[in-house]
Amino acid sequence: MKPAPFQYHAPHSLADALSLLAEHGYDAKPLAGGQSLVPTMNFRLAQPGILVDLNHIPGLAYIRLGSDGDLHIGAMTRHSTVEQDLLVAQHAPLLHETMPHIAHRQIRNRGTIGGSLAHADPSAELPSVAVALHARFRLQSQTGERWVAAADFYQGLFTTDLTPEELLVEIVIPPLPARSGYAFDEVARRPGDYAMVGVAAIVILDAAGRCEEARLVYLSVGEGPVSATQAAAALKGRQPSPDLLAQVAEIAATDDIDPVADIHASAAYRRQLARVLAQRTLARAFERAAGQ
Amino acid sequence: MTTRYFGKPIRRNEDPRLLTGQALFTDDVELPGMLHAAFVRSDYAHAWLRGIDTSLARDLPGVVAIYTAADLGDYWQPGPLLVNPPPIKDLVFNTATQVPLARDKVRHAGEPIAIVVAESRYIAEDAVDLIFVDYDPLPAIVHLADALKPDASIIHDDLGTNLNAHVIQEKGNYAAAAAQADLVIKRHFDYDRGTAAAMENRGIVATWDAKSEQLTMWDTTQAPISIRNGLAGMLGLSERQVRVIAPFIGGGFGPKIMMFYPEEVLLSWITMRLNRPVKWIEDRRENFFATTQERGQVHEAEIALTRDGKVLGVKDVFLHDAGAYAPYGLTVPINSQCTLLGQYDVANYYTEFTSVFTNKPIVTPYRGAGRQHGVFVMERLLDFAARELGIDRAEIRRRNFIPPDAFPYSNDIIFQDFAPLVYDSGNYEPALDRVLEMIDYKHFIEVEQPRLRAEGKHVGLGLVTYVEGTGIGPYEGAKVTVEASGRVSVATGIGTQGQGHFTSFAQVVAEQLGVPVENIRLVTGDTSEFYWGAGTFASRGAVVAGNAIHAAAVAVRRKILDKASEELEVDPEDLELVDGVVQVKGVPASAIPLGELARRANPMRGAVKPGSEPGLEATDYFGPERGATASGVHAMIVEVDPETMMVQIKRHVVVHDCGTVINPMILEGQIQGGVAQGLGNAFYEQLHWDDNGQLLNASFMDFLLPTADTVPHVEMDHVVTPSPLNPLGIKGAGEAGAIPVAPLFAQAVEDALIDFDVELNEIPLSPNRLFELVAEARGLHGSES
Ligand SMILES: Cc1cc2nc3c(=O)[nH]c(=O)nc-3n(C[C@H](O)[C@H](O)[C@H](O)COP(=O)(O)OP(=O)(O)OC[C@H]3O[C@@H](n4cnc5c(N)ncnc54)[C@H](O)[C@@H]3O)c2cc1C
Repeated sequence: MKPAPFQYHAPHSLADALSLLAEHGYDAKPLAGGQSLVPTMNFRLAQPGILVDLNHIPGLAYIRLGSDGDLHIGAMTRHSTVEQDLLVAQHAPLLHETMPHIAHRQIRNRGTIGGSLAHADPSAELPSVAVALHARFRLQSQTGERWVAAADFYQGLFTTDLTPEELLVEIVIPPLPARSGYAFDEVARRPGDYAMVGVAAIVILDAAGRCEEARLVYLSVGEGPVSATQAAAALKGRQPSPDLLAQVAEIAATDDIDPVADIHASAAYRRQLARVLAQRTLARAFERAAGQ
Repeated sequence: MTTRYFGKPIRRNEDPRLLTGQALFTDDVELPGMLHAAFVRSDYAHAWLRGIDTSLARDLPGVVAIYTAADLGDYWQPGPLLVNPPPIKDLVFNTATQVPLARDKVRHAGEPIAIVVAESRYIAEDAVDLIFVDYDPLPAIVHLADALKPDASIIHDDLGTNLNAHVIQEKGNYAAAAAQADLVIKRHFDYDRGTAAAMENRGIVATWDAKSEQLTMWDTTQAPISIRNGLAGMLGLSERQVRVIAPFIGGGFGPKIMMFYPEEVLLSWITMRLNRPVKWIEDRRENFFATTQERGQVHEAEIALTRDGKVLGVKDVFLHDAGAYAPYGLTVPINSQCTLLGQYDVANYYTEFTSVFTNKPIVTPYRGAGRQHGVFVMERLLDFAARELGIDRAEIRRRNFIPPDAFPYSNDIIFQDFAPLVYDSGNYEPALDRVLEMIDYKHFIEVEQPRLRAEGKHVGLGLVTYVEGTGIGPYEGAKVTVEASGRVSVATGIGTQGQGHFTSFAQVVAEQLGVPVENIRLVTGDTSEFYWGAGTFASRGAVVAGNAIHAAAVAVRRKILDKASEELEVDPEDLELVDGVVQVKGVPASAIPLGELARRANPMRGAVKPGSEPGLEATDYFGPERGATASGVHAMIVEVDPETMMVQIKRHVVVHDCGTVINPMILEGQIQGGVAQGLGNAFYEQLHWDDNGQLLNASFMDFLLPTADTVPHVEMDHVVTPSPLNPLGIKGAGEAGAIPVAPLFAQAVEDALIDFDVELNEIPLSPNRLFELVAEARGLHGSES
């Protein structure tokens, strides 16, 4: 379990990193926390010729609140920093609630939010949460920067809109409106494992307490974050009730997702978990929204 | 003598070294000029080898040598059959043992084909990637039931069959018993294969010193002496030229007593050819293929009972998975046969097994070593019988216990030591009663469970019993020496893999010599320190080595008393050994420190009396007449989320009887660890093979071990029924925690899911599988109604 030979670069500025990426293209890989990349290299599933280590570049790890209420998170911010940050707890409580589900403490101390979002593992929590939160990503290359909505960023199994020359440098999370509620939940075999199914739920109520908007984004049921759009549509304009949630969960589990089997969970079991998790997270989200 | 050391929960002597990273493990061995080895391992589970092209790899800078089977010449030999089949009438046994490197054919994925030796492990692995093997794939035998089909592809062509063995053992007459029974229950049981997954993988460092003609090998083996003897024979060296050191080892569990692993055979040979030290450290992925596994069995079993729950007979016919080779003979399936009847007095028993070769890694004993399967079958049958007959599950067990006055009790079935299994001693009801009390059985069944069920909670209880055959021969030995410093050194041949030997063996010596435990230094597993022995396996360390150490310590005690009686001119009877001195009883002024006495026993001038030996040292041996049978009862309470089928273990209670206890803290650690392994077996771990014999989850990401936050704290108590077979009255305890957890878990979960009417007759039981089984049960009952 030793990686194939590679060259290692540790640039001290973003410009140097971007120029290395521009020069080497597909042969180069950025190294963030290394928690996904290094194991894949040790299995020789990934054999990048050049590693561009982002850990020595100043200014890529931060969490700050914009004047518009948006939360800005630098790509190299470690999972455990996000987990413990008060701004995150206050302004992106869904993200805050999700963080402890990601891996184990040791891994959260190294792994980064940017690395996880860029890696696009269909079982990872953060991509689905970013989609649910309508997060936007700032991508930068030697030739400039561009913004991509989280929902457009994910293009399939371990595949994103990033070109080999680009780095994900910042994540921006807009605030949720008034009368909104959120919840995250997942079922994993052991604490810290990738979930067999997980889901992020956000609901927004109108003044009459009806559901104005719902977002239900799954992980581990497809090739990336999967939005249960039909379930969300079925909630629109409706007064939440246990019966309604059961119906909606059924729609989510049968119509919105098409999970595949793996060694841990059959497709039918995944649908069952999707059903249960939809009911549980939506109930909690509505309760929180009503309590606001 | 007042007991001060024996039986006390004394803190472990070895822990400071282990906790501060100062303990030597094989991978810590660094030698000048050391080379590193990596293996080309088969991509296929079953294939002819048509060719191996190493040319590109040989050109890689840093590669020193590459060997294939062809390069080994006459040194290429299949391994020995380690355990001959027992003398059972009409027994069929076909032998096939592992080879150092596959020659014409590969028989399981991961079987070694070539070894690369290079300046670093990195280069060695790069070279492995440059070696091209031409395979001609054959269909793989993955499922046991396929092995003996008429069109099955044959794994060992010289045998012409995939049959490894067929054995029938019988006592009484089951058919007659069944004919008289009020109830006969038949079931199919499936117990899947697993892997021990020791925290430390295997590893070897071998070095040949041409000038002294000495081979030294550090090896993560459980049996260093047997490895030395074998290697000396294979390499044409004297045993005195080979030193095998089994240093600290991060868990053995059985697979590390397999002999001889290809890596052991190869590294010793290679260091002699290259005249440089060579290291190989198994990585985790390799461990899933290169280290032996165990468990896979499929049983068709039945039980015959009277209306009031008395078992008249049991019949069990099973298939056993031997894997690609069977170096351990029939040890595992014979254990299954012998352990099935457990604590119960059953007059009529028919047991038949067929062991088959499959295209999966080699099967050798792993903690429990076949006992799990037997216990699973018997305990599950009793559960179903209790339900059918409307008898409480504790009660049906109690009614069938072997009574305390029936010991020694012959089970009549031939055991792995070739003699009918005889339980030396036992007393089963007190342990059952204690468990029932600790788990508050009556209250749970009558009050708590109905209350929780009324709240919609799915809680269940499990209760099972088991026996554990432990402490078999042949023998172990030990040397105990009082040094001039007053410290005591103890050497024994067995290896140690985390069992606390450095402490519990020291306690045995301390008890005789009155020396504090921390002043006793134990050396185990170094063949240059002690020449004779067998190894650490079958829960035999404490029993066999413990009693050998006891015998040697008793002899040294005698020497101390004799010498001191001479020096002090008093009768030995009037002396005592306390706190490192020998003195006239109650007269501290007369004390001679043991170190001083040792010096006087090894004088610089004068003469040692004829007929006596210098120093305060003795060597002695112990070989038990047969194994000692430990026993116990486990109970468990679980809660199941019926929507997700996630299982939470609320309580786990163990009452255990392993005879005299040397160190209760160490014993509890053994049981706690065993329970963790049993839970892994029952709930978390599963090797997923595809139909081509490829393992789909050869990493800890997908092979789920129980973790510190998923294993419950086990509540424990002990019953002590000393073994009459050894002076210390000890029985083994190494496997007790692990053996009965699967039927316990199945029973408890089934109880929790009572309204789903599902039967759990297989292991492991993941949430996914529970969901499937519940769905199947629903479908069945749905179509019936
Ligand atoms: C045992 C274990 C359990 C885990 N469990 C979970 C879990 O339950 N849930 C979960 O979500 N994750 C889990 N992980 C993964 C962990 O969260 C990783 O931290 C994360 O997936 C990747 O982050 P990283 O910073 O370590 O990225 P790296 O491993 O360094 O990189 C990952 C990939 O992203 C690319 N990359 C990294 N940063 C950037 C960037 N700024 N711009 C462009 N590309 C970039 C890299 O080139 C690489 O391809 C687990 C990991 C382990 C080892």
